Amino acid sequence: MPEAVPSLTAPHRLQYTYKRSTGPVLGRFFGGLRDGRILGVRRKDGSVMVPPKEYDPDTGEALGELVEVGTAGVVKSWAWVSHPREKQPLGRPFAYALVQLDGADTPLLHAVDAGGDERRMTTGMRVRARFAAERPGGIRDIECFEPTDEPAKGKAKPLAESELPAPVELVKVPVQLDYLYSAGQAASRFLRGLAEGKLLGQRCPVDGKVYCPTRGACAEHGVPTAGEIVEVKDRGTIVSYSVVRVPSENIQVELPFAAVTILLDGADSTFTHVMSETKLEDVHMGMRVQAVWQPRETWTTSMKNIKYFKPSGEPDAPFDSYKDHL
Amino acid sequence: MRDVAVISFSQAKSVRREADRNEVEILMPVVHEARDRAGLDKRVDFICSGSSDYLAGQSFAFVSGLDSVGAWPPISESHVEADGAWALYEAWVKIQMGYADTALVYGFGKPSMGDLPEVLALQLDPYTATPLWPDAVSIAALQARICLEQGVVTERQMAEVAVRDRRNAKGNRFAQLAGDFEVEKLLAEPYLVSPLRRYDCSPISDGASAMVIASGEVARKVCKNPAWITGFAHIAEPQELGVRDLTRSRSTEIAAEKAGVGKGRVDVAEIYGPFTHQELLVEKALGLDRSVKVNPSGGALAANPIMAAGLTRIGEAARAISEGGARRAVAHATSGPCLQQNLVCVLEG
Repeated sequence: MPEAVPSLTAPHRLQYTYKRSTGPVLGRFFGGLRDGRILGVRRKDGSVMVPPKEYDPDTGEALGELVEVGTAGVVKSWAWVSHPREKQPLGRPFAYALVQLDGADTPLLHAVDAGGDERRMTTGMRVRARFAAERPGGIRDIECFEPTDEPAKGKAKPLAESELPAPVELVKVPVQLDYLYSAGQAASRFLRGLAEGKLLGQRCPVDGKVYCPTRGACAEHGVPTAGEIVEVKDRGTIVSYSVVRVPSENIQVELPFAAVTILLDGADSTFTHVMSETKLEDVHMGMRVQAVWQPRETWTTSMKNIKYFKPSGEPDAPFDSYKDHL
Repeated sequence: MRDVAVISFSQAKSVRREADRNEVEILMPVVHEARDRAGLDKRVDFICSGSSDYLAGQSFAFVSGLDSVGAWPPISESHVEADGAWALYEAWVKIQMGYADTALVYGFGKPSMGDLPEVLALQLDPYTATPLWPDAVSIAALQARICLEQGVVTERQMAEVAVRDRRNAKGNRFAQLAGDFEVEKLLAEPYLVSPLRRYDCSPISDGASAMVIASGEVARKVCKNPAWITGFAHIAEPQELGVRDLTRSRSTEIAAEKAGVGKGRVDVAEIYGPFTHQELLVEKALGLDRSVKVNPSGGALAANPIMAAGLTRIGEAARAISEGGARRAVAHATSGPCLQQNLVCVLEG
């Protein structure tokens, strides 16, 4: 078994903006926030839930009677964040808190700005919402809560149809998470091979098949391929292809191009890459191809070292030689 | 009901960061060990895994886990986006229904790749809570303060839990945090996210665990000391923190009742408490008396391989029966913010 190697690592960012339909209850809630008002929903027992829900969490009954609660309330619990993360509501130390607004019977999770001073925080303190200057409709239309002397207002106010805020139909929730991937043993070997212009595969100890690239396992037998390392050729046979007409920032060739599945000579697993230096209509199953590498001085531990594949000019491979890989 | 037993268990050593192995490379030896220890003469009938794509930051991340089991010829397989304890529940149901006699269950997670407390903000309400990005420690701290101020727990009791678990973990070679600590010294430490101190929080752990379960006919044939699953239930509470009573674990109470925890003497309890106060709440909700040995493995405060830590509690409880001479053990797993969802499994020798 080859000796363990340090793993290569690479940063990875998962980034996506969720666009969420709000529905009739949350839509009005966010519409309220946009107008600087806070709405709750009345449950069958008369109590008021903020934020409102479409269904009673205890009984499952549908809820829809929206009421207006105060924009100030009482801290029921709090957690002091002395080192805020970038995405969190405040850039200086602050508290996450459960705030029970005047007229509400359940607390709302939000942030409290106590001027960065934990000593100003107590359970039972009164706070009021500080609304954001720009309010697209969403929970962050409230920037945070802040301490206040404002007296309690009492009951929730029933709302006539005409007093309901216009609903926000859609909220946008951007998600961005940063990771540091480690490739692990098998992929690190493969990527280091690429930096030397080599395609390294590993052999399944059960049936001797060569996998390139490998995640470190033969998926068929469920065993590690941590044994023999095998260099495979940078030429092979197209076993399948498709024509791509949509752009991707990860692909360096011009549109349209053929994405191909290649059985590299010496490998028993297929490899996906792109074709160039050929007419699209000439690409076909059984076509012999070879890798076109970037200039040697630019090689790194990356698949991008191979620019694309091009026809090798050899005669087509017989169908039997690749039929098991379709 | 069919008799079903745990016939083997295996786990990886939990570490803060598995720098040089990918998930499959961590998981494979664990799965193989569990399978080999089970000593079955043919492939298992069913496979179920627990993991979360958000830990890896890529979709269908669990598919690579299948590399470790050998999926050809085709296998009967399922996955839960949850701790492996819930995968075990699915496998147990499959056997109960007569669709399988044997099952392999595994859970794995490599949270070191991302910022776990931040990733866990994604399990909150996506409209009203996630956009505020409350990290998992802050969310737990909100619950801890309510419990402290209402006198449900004390900071001293919380520190005692940390001391107990990490002392117990000295005997567990798979644990990540083990050693002798003093309550007074812990109480003198600064807050991490007040009212929680660092020792109140479980570590972030990369790890995996795997288990084989079998119906009575098979288990009696291949296993000398099977740990019989005699009670199994899981219950969820609402997602919204504001509508829950955070001073108790109501869903654990119900699950414990359904699983029949109180029907006999409990020798050992393995509790998945990601935070010290949560371990105390669960201990109370399970109705355990002082004679019960709690977390002989060190529990989640000694190692928290997320997505495997719950399954590991059940594995450790089974081991207490198969190897440790316990007659009856209770294992608990949790998921979600502030003990939102809880699973209770009763095992007997």
